[in-house]
Amino acid sequence: MNWQSWSHFWAMGGYGLYVWGSYAVTLVVMIGEIVALLMRRRGVVESLTKYYAARGKNHEAKA
Amino acid sequence: MIRTLGWVIRRDLLLVFRRRGDVVNALVFFIIVVSLFPLGVGPEAAQLRNMAPGVLWVAALLACMLSLARLFAPDHQDGTLEQMLLAGEPLVILVMGKVISHWLVSGLPLVLMAPLLGLQFDLPGDALAVLCLSLLIGTPVLSLVGSVGAALTLGVRGSGALVALLVLPLYVPVLIFGAGSVGAVAAGLGAEPHLMLLGGFLALALVLAPWASAAALRIAME
Amino acid sequence: MSKSKRVSWFYFSSPQTFYGLAGRLQPWFSALAVIFCVVGLYIGFFIAPTDAQQGESYRIIFIHVPSAWMSMFIYLVMGFWCGVGLVFNTRLSSMWATALAPTGALFTFIALWTGALWGKPTWGTWWVWDARLTSELILLFLYIGFMALQAAIDDQRRADKAGAVLALVGVINVPIIYFSVKWWSTLHQGSSVSMKSAPTMAMTMFAGMIVMALGFWMYSIATALSRVRCVILERERHTEWVMAEIGERK
Repeated sequence: MNWQSWSHFWAMGGYGLYVWGSYAVTLVVMIGEIVALLMRRRGVVESLTKYYAARGKNHEAKA
Repeated sequence: MIRTLGWVIRRDLLLVFRRRGDVVNALVFFIIVVSLFPLGVGPEAAQLRNMAPGVLWVAALLACMLSLARLFAPDHQDGTLEQMLLAGEPLVILVMGKVISHWLVSGLPLVLMAPLLGLQFDLPGDALAVLCLSLLIGTPVLSLVGSVGAALTLGVRGSGALVALLVLPLYVPVLIFGAGSVGAVAAGLGAEPHLMLLGGFLALALVLAPWASAAALRIAME
Repeated sequence: MSKSKRVSWFYFSSPQTFYGLAGRLQPWFSALAVIFCVVGLYIGFFIAPTDAQQGESYRIIFIHVPSAWMSMFIYLVMGFWCGVGLVFNTRLSSMWATALAPTGALFTFIALWTGALWGKPTWGTWWVWDARLTSELILLFLYIGFMALQAAIDDQRRADKAGAVLALVGVINVPIIYFSVKWWSTLHQGSSVSMKSAPTMAMTMFAGMIVMALGFWMYSIATALSRVRCVILERERHTEWVMAEIGERK
């Protein structure tokens, strides 16, 4: 183990801001990408469901 | 093939001269932008001398980029471009001809005007010479690479800003070495490495860009 | 009765079949990504020692280098599939390239961000216009330009092909990024890792970096698989199988 205590871990020898600033932003970006993907998927499924429903109604109306 | 090239250049130049406004557009833009900087940053000579290569190069770059809009779009709008694609001539030659005439109108005048504007920035004689030479080698590269961007965004809505986004990253190396060459001379080092690299870019662009533009034009027109 | 079975190597090159495959593969790559990243971070923080010169700030390396590697690697892969789509006129290749782009752009951003945060304590400056940083920034603009161009063109096939031309023109930037530290004397340090000789850094640091790189690679594949499924659904909306697929969801 490298760290004598949790506070040493968070301080990162004085460079805490830089190290944790890097890791935090990376985590935010990656989680953000995943969330955006999930939202995109849900959006696609919803819009396609509506699209097919509208087309289905059209076909019924024409029939 | 040379005859086709000559024909395309002549036609484009003829069209441009009929609308004199286009000829002076790039040049006036260049002059105005360059003249704004001393007004903005103050008249201190040393500072202006430092900024001069960068300012002149960026202004030339922007002027070239703005004039890309008239490279393919007018011909596309009136149907001439379609006829050019249908003609039996190799599309690469036609593209090359258009790029050459684009440079003659939007690049060469900048090269000729640069020494005068460089004097505004108190650049010494040898720096002025290198500036002209770097622009002479570099502006054709800008026209060539710009033609790829113009061809890709043909007829696309919002193409003005999009061309800038596509083309500026590719312009950056030319800018770095173009402005860098003048900076090197001003610092007493030789400009040869920079100018050689610019020459290398020109060679690469001459070979690859017309081909890429032709491919992009075909994609845009199919 | 024996029936000769002919393997179709192109079975998964249709959007429909690849959609199913991508859906089945994606959880595995996600799991691998999590495992590799957890192991890599453990090595990075709890096994790798403090650096003699840089102290603890060097630990940014476990994100910075892998993300830079991925930014370049993804662009090359994207360029490859763009080329395949352009030459062979295959739809799925272009869809895959489109799916890769955002992940590549994000890794480029991460590389630039972590680089800036590492540069400040090490070099004293957030940014410097040397060859490597500038060309990595250009890479970010190339990714964004690719995505913007595809978004701006309404006709899908034209968008794919135009994007492909752009991506291929920009491929030249990747070797520039990679070799920039060899060709020019830049502020950015030269390569400590090469294919030919042992790394010039401690083995534990090297191991942490490699494991994190694997983790980021698995993550890229997982997100691209996920995204390509969305892209396929969006583009193939007029097919029977997509209608059936969406219908099942109700």
